[in-house]
Amino acid sequence: MDTLKPRDAQDVEQAVRAAVAAEQPLEIVGLGSKRAIGQPMATNALLDLSALNAVVNYEPNELIITVQSGAPLDDVLSLIDSRNQQLAFEPIDTSALLGTAAQRGSIGGMIASGLAGPRRIKAGAARDHLLGAEAVSGFGELFKTGGKVVKNVTGYDLCKLLAGSWGTLAVMTEVTLKVMPKPEAERTLLLRGLDDVAAGRAMTAALGSPYDVSGAAHLPGSALRGAGGALGAIGKPEQSMTLLRLEGTATSAAHRAGSLARLLADYGGAELLEDTSSAAAWAAIRDVTPFAADGPRALWPIWRIVCPPAAGGAFGQTLARDSQGEVIYDWGGGLIWAALPPVADANAGVLRKRVEAVGGHAMLIRAPEETRRAVDVFHPQPAGVAALNARVKQSFDPKHILNRGRMVRGTAS
Amino acid sequence: MTIQMPEPDASVLARRDEIIAALREIVPGEGVISSAAEMVPYESDGLMAYRQPPMVVVLPSTTKQVSQVLKYCHDNGIRVVPRGAGTSLSGGALPLADGVLLGLGKFKRIREIDFDNRAVVVEPGVTNLAITQAVEHAGFYYAPDPSSQIACTIGGNIAENSGGVHCLKYGMTTNNVLGCEIVLITGEIIKIGGKCTENAGYDLMGVITGSEGLLGVITEVTVRILRKPETARALMVGFAEIEAAGRCVAEIIGAGIIPGGMEMMDKPAIHAAEAFVHAGYPLDVEALLIIELDGPGVEVDELIARVETIAQRCGSTTCQISTSEQQRLLFWAGRKAAFPAVGRISPDYLCMDGTIPRGKLPEALARIRQLSEKYQLGVANVFHAGDGNLHPLILYDANKPGETDRAEAFGADILRVCVELGGVLTGEHGVGIEKRDLMPEMFSEIDLVQQQRLKCAFDADGLLNPGKVFPTLHRCAELGRLHVRGGKLPFADIPRF
Ligand SMILES: Cc1cc2nc3c(=O)[nH]c(=O)nc-3n(C[C@H](O)[C@H](O)[C@H](O)COP(=O)(O)OP(=O)(O)OC[C@H]3O[C@@H](n4cnc5c(N)ncnc54)[C@H](O)[C@@H]3O)c2cc1C
Repeated sequence: MDTLKPRDAQDVEQAVRAAVAAEQPLEIVGLGSKRAIGQPMATNALLDLSALNAVVNYEPNELIITVQSGAPLDDVLSLIDSRNQQLAFEPIDTSALLGTAAQRGSIGGMIASGLAGPRRIKAGAARDHLLGAEAVSGFGELFKTGGKVVKNVTGYDLCKLLAGSWGTLAVMTEVTLKVMPKPEAERTLLLRGLDDVAAGRAMTAALGSPYDVSGAAHLPGSALRGAGGALGAIGKPEQSMTLLRLEGTATSAAHRAGSLARLLADYGGAELLEDTSSAAAWAAIRDVTPFAADGPRALWPIWRIVCPPAAGGAFGQTLARDSQGEVIYDWGGGLIWAALPPVADANAGVLRKRVEAVGGHAMLIRAPEETRRAVDVFHPQPAGVAALNARVKQSFDPKHILNRGRMVRGTAS
Repeated sequence: MTIQMPEPDASVLARRDEIIAALREIVPGEGVISSAAEMVPYESDGLMAYRQPPMVVVLPSTTKQVSQVLKYCHDNGIRVVPRGAGTSLSGGALPLADGVLLGLGKFKRIREIDFDNRAVVVEPGVTNLAITQAVEHAGFYYAPDPSSQIACTIGGNIAENSGGVHCLKYGMTTNNVLGCEIVLITGEIIKIGGKCTENAGYDLMGVITGSEGLLGVITEVTVRILRKPETARALMVGFAEIEAAGRCVAEIIGAGIIPGGMEMMDKPAIHAAEAFVHAGYPLDVEALLIIELDGPGVEVDELIARVETIAQRCGSTTCQISTSEQQRLLFWAGRKAAFPAVGRISPDYLCMDGTIPRGKLPEALARIRQLSEKYQLGVANVFHAGDGNLHPLILYDANKPGETDRAEAFGADILRVCVELGGVLTGEHGVGIEKRDLMPEMFSEIDLVQQQRLKCAFDADGLLNPGKVFPTLHRCAELGRLHVRGGKLPFADIPRF
């Protein structure tokens, strides 16, 4: 195995050019926190970006930060936290789920994987906060796209493609992100004992209200079995929890919590979680700790299912029942984390047929390597879209040097 | 006309009658317009200094027709320019002499309103405002609100990634669309996304948004709708100096407040707007800020008080706070009518659209004033202050020899200043033809080549809207060529493990 550790963007360019010349595919790694996600790749050469770790420019009043892609996310978060700012899309920490060292990986990995947390329903995902980037394409050329201001429509928005491309289009070397003020206060309404369908209705009502809900999750009682930590602390045996988050000034959050509780009075009395306990609960939901790699479902494959939010409750309930698995709902039902008992194809066949029927898609986020070799980790696309995606890949990386085969089994993407 | 468009293809023009007949086979009746007189309304868009009659106008009404028209054009090497309402300010919908102008105006249906999933499915010719009107009875709205919202279409909004005064808090078009149906130049119909919060695979929706009609023709759109905030109130704050107003904007953001909208006008713009709508704007100030806070009443009251304190600290000379919905709308009336208001004080005006880092606002305005003297042309500035998006309106008279050229040169210099100050050429109006030749000010050849490679993935023959966005056209074969240097690894000095 060969690992190259470039010191700057020019090194990255050189490394990719050489790889192109040698027809040697490269695996792109930031801090490697999510290496266990995706199709296993057929390459033994690593491009390790961890030395590109500088904060280039942080301007709180402009709401922007420019950083090199290998910078540890934890460092960047504590820097902007010192100015009371945040990345509004709540990037997930996959370490509990994947059983890796406790760190959130690199900025580049965060964008390339594009896994956003609970606030996505209000604030969007990494794609919505990536304002500009410099990256090396599979042509071995350093290019820039976007800008360093919050509003820009100059040229194609290649940032959108880089976000969520899992390193298969270009190696990002530097990115400019939008940062947002942290809310002063947060309050969470907690409803107990709803079944998944009722909870889905309650979340739909909350998200359709004017109370600016910034998190809407449902945790069935059985999924919480054995859950420790923040969720264990507020949970009761075999009772589900439905959580609705309100953020803003203290007066506003409290006021909206009251209004929302009245709106949802038919769903039972609501308890109120305040700042720290609320934050801890949402961090656990974001990081899917009930399905942690050291928990009771350590050996179960984990799926990340995205579907139209109002369809979530009924879909998840049936899926859990039929597969004897467990589910957790975020995004008001629009995101379902499913832990399914191990079977040969990790239930890919059945699950995908069902999720397509409701207009959704599913990604296998955790599974043993042999399973990930045997099934499509990312949701297979209809032929026309798949062909277009392949042409997009070709337009960035014609020799399939970058993360060959990571997104589409047995192909170049 | 100073901007060169691609040379018309004589062989296409020679086949005009045959092409029109074939198109009539696909789109019957009034859907194909070929007489010079009837094509006049399609000759230009909102960038009115440029006009060009198309070879033919086609107005399909189904996706199938769009697909057949595009396939026919593809197979016969005919260029196509998509058009919504034709309000583009950058010339995005300017026709080509040898091209089909494909108007989406007949796609006017709202196909589905799904309140539970907070999504609306519409045809591309539906106007921006019509979406909000269709859902407001239930307390919902579609957030991006370009000033042209009565007229502009959602298809055009997607193509331009349009913004509006509320995009500071609620995002641009790209942050508010979930999916679309798009027809490629080959005629192939592709569906992307739907009612899901997030799509699978590469974010094609993200790159189609803002692609200015160069990647495909949008035939259906799914947008996200939001619940209207409980209340909204606005402050109207005057300053004796632009610098103080700029500082106020920075301090509001610095205090962690993201207003629903935060707009600035300079003295000439204030005067023009006041004369037009009588909104009660103070006439003795150099800069006016309109700041809107929205949310629950208690929050709005609290934030209004905080913003007022900040404004006073920054040296505001006047401050009015709306106490009724009517008054709030009056504050906005002048700002929203700023373009037509300026149209009254000058025979012609050119609307620019650069973005700068907010902190550079005083410097940018000083530079614009210098340029105004240099070019001997007046300028009024309206400004999405919250996100640094400038709209200098250059005043000129197209009937005076040389003034149009001078106005364009002035505008180009303003955009150069924006880039020099760390900003960009366009914040929301798009590149089109207007800023096309300035793209190298912001992007290197390699940057532009990578964008054009993406274009090749969608439209390998470059038939969709050529002449827009990119200053030079390359053949896809040439762009896709990979120059392999040597066989040996030339990076011996990069640290390895
Ligand atoms: C008075 C005035 C005020 C304005 N205010 C704002 C503002 O506040 N914010 C803002 O962002 N813009 C503003 N604009 C600019 C303009 O309204 C927007 O760019 C708008 O989105 C254009 O929509 P349209 O339907 O008129 O598109 P057109 O002008 O017809 O076309 C614009 C571009 O979109 C392409 N296109 C159109 N429809 C499709 C389709 N279905 N598929 C593929 N491509 C398509 C065209 O080829 C062209 O490149 C303003 C314009 C005017 C005249």
